[in-house]
Amino acid sequence: MLSFIFRRILAMIPTLFLASIVAFVIIQLPPGDFATSYMANLAAMGDTVSQDTLENLREAYGLDQPVMIQYYKWITGIIFRGDYGLSFEHREPVSSLIWDRIWLTMWLSLVSVLLTWIIAFPIGIYSAVKQYSAGDYIFTLIGFIGVSVPAFLVALVLMYLQFKYLGQTTSGLFSDEYISAAWSWARVKDLLAHLWLPALILGLSGTAELIRILRANLLDELRRPYVITARAKGLPEWKAILKYPVRLALNPFVSTLGWILPGLISGSIILSQVMNLPTTGPLLLRSLQSQDMYLAGSMILVLSVATVLGTFVSDILLALLDPRIRYQ
Amino acid sequence: MTSVDPQLAETLEPLSAPEVEAKVFVAPQWKLVWWKFRKHKMALICGVIIILIYLIALFADFLAPFDPSATNSNFLYAPPQALHLKDAQGNPGWYVYGLTSTVDPVALRREFVQDTTVDIPLKFFVKSWPYKFLGIKSDLHLFGPQDPTQSIYLLGADRLGRDLLSRMIMGTRISMSIGLVGVLLSLILGIFLGGISGYYGGALDQFIQRMIDFLRSIPSIPLWMGLAAAMPLSWSPETVYFAITIILSLIGWTSLARVVRGRFLSLREEDFVTAARLEGASNQRIIFYHMLPAFTSHIIASVTLAIPSMILSETSLSFLGLGLREPVVSWGVLLQDAQDIRSIATAPWLLIPALAVVVSVLALNFLGDGLRDAADPYAR
Repeated sequence: MLSFIFRRILAMIPTLFLASIVAFVIIQLPPGDFATSYMANLAAMGDTVSQDTLENLREAYGLDQPVMIQYYKWITGIIFRGDYGLSFEHREPVSSLIWDRIWLTMWLSLVSVLLTWIIAFPIGIYSAVKQYSAGDYIFTLIGFIGVSVPAFLVALVLMYLQFKYLGQTTSGLFSDEYISAAWSWARVKDLLAHLWLPALILGLSGTAELIRILRANLLDELRRPYVITARAKGLPEWKAILKYPVRLALNPFVSTLGWILPGLISGSIILSQVMNLPTTGPLLLRSLQSQDMYLAGSMILVLSVATVLGTFVSDILLALLDPRIRYQ
Repeated sequence: MTSVDPQLAETLEPLSAPEVEAKVFVAPQWKLVWWKFRKHKMALICGVIIILIYLIALFADFLAPFDPSATNSNFLYAPPQALHLKDAQGNPGWYVYGLTSTVDPVALRREFVQDTTVDIPLKFFVKSWPYKFLGIKSDLHLFGPQDPTQSIYLLGADRLGRDLLSRMIMGTRISMSIGLVGVLLSLILGIFLGGISGYYGGALDQFIQRMIDFLRSIPSIPLWMGLAAAMPLSWSPETVYFAITIILSLIGWTSLARVVRGRFLSLREEDFVTAARLEGASNQRIIFYHMLPAFTSHIIASVTLAIPSMILSETSLSFLGLGLREPVVSWGVLLQDAQDIRSIATAPWLLIPALAVVVSVLALNFLGDGLRDAADPYAR
């Protein structure tokens, strides 16, 4: 097991390195740099900036140096000092801007995964055990819709219905009195009260996919001779189904974590924009529009690293659950 | 194989058993696939829907009653007008009631009331705004108000008083074609890279597989957002369109490459490939002449399943304001107007383009599912 974990960690290093390069390259792509977009902003407001000020700005932020050196400074700062650079726009260290939002994004994704599991588990088993029943067809149809409709559209429709019939809307993740309060139990409770709906919407497509996989796997298992043996020996039906077939069919629950996670993080960005959640989404969008490169790059990097780590954890869990995987 | 699939025999009901058997044995592959696909009723219906949607995309100019970019300051946010089959006097025909607007003195918002005394008659084949289709100039449209100077809004108007129905019809063209073009690009990349990965194996295979793993492990939306935000604002709409398809296929090719590689791996060991190799056929000939036809149906099914995710991705990007931009009209661009609860509350009809997205994506998913089941007609 230890050697398996070690090998997985080794395999992760090039992925993380590539992710950091991709994040940095994306930020370098837009023509011009922060200084030019800063000038454009000021010009739009009727101000002018002298060429000297621009040059000073470039020098202060290291924008006049070669790309390789900018990358080296950026990445070593992150690894050795946890310093993600300065946000040009907010004139604050990036780390002070992003961590709150990153944590909320992680929480949203985590709660979403948990809800996905809790919902998919009973429905998947029901659909397999009662194959071709009316309930099975209904869940299959809902599943198809869940896969086809992106979370942000569901959110828009739900928000409209809520507005029309209840006369109010939920947006944000905290009640007014907790928005800038310090972390406390009351604040966590308030967060959870707001978090479940976006998490549910976000997990919709993953849930639908998971139900289909669980149903297919369980159907395969239920036809195996050992289930017939169990029934022939007079095991109660629930035990004949739950004891071995369900356990074997559960593998995808853990392994899908790896590919559900990138989708969840992606989906949360648009969903947050629509539902006005204080996660990374709105800040990332804003920073990309203003070419605030260290801020946007750091966020893309942290989101990618979080996804890679999540996949890593799901691999370890899977190896714990199914010993065959360790020896491949 | 001496017995015939009993389900297949059922679909060829009028023939006797030996006749069915004979018919199945001589049937070419595509016919077997078609017989199997035909049994999947839902996929069949969805196939028809998809054909209709693409026909709408093709004849969008003819079907759209109004110029999609014509603004009308008298009808900002005009609500949808219902269609009537009788006018106020009971004469048959089809009409919509006229709209009279009042300005709410408190909210300073224009409010519309349907004026049931005013009828605007509609008719088929009217002449209104000019367009060019396949190089032919025309101003003929399927339907519209008898008096072309009048405006009607069957699905309401947007913030500039443009007709949402016409804009949605025109948007079909971009939204549905971006899926096709994007998938075509992904397919070329996927077949090429997946093919060499599966056919040659070894270190090259390892490298390509790791690359796919990497691309799939990073969240796609932030990546797309970063790339899309990098597009200069000065680019023409056509350039932006192609840039978006390239950005989308950057990740799209990975899933197609996986399918192609898997097929290559399983076919590589088949006897007919060994036979071809012993005959001295070149790699190129083995791949394109012997192997590719053997899994074309699988590729078609995977491609059909890949189009909806392309459509959704374009919609998401345009919705965020990072994808296509006005004056180009796509469903995502239209949905941009419905971005927050305030605009939805004032003009809920702005959400209607979402319905078009959902219907086409759902239909493509069902169609792809049916094709995937039918792709291997020998499997039970």
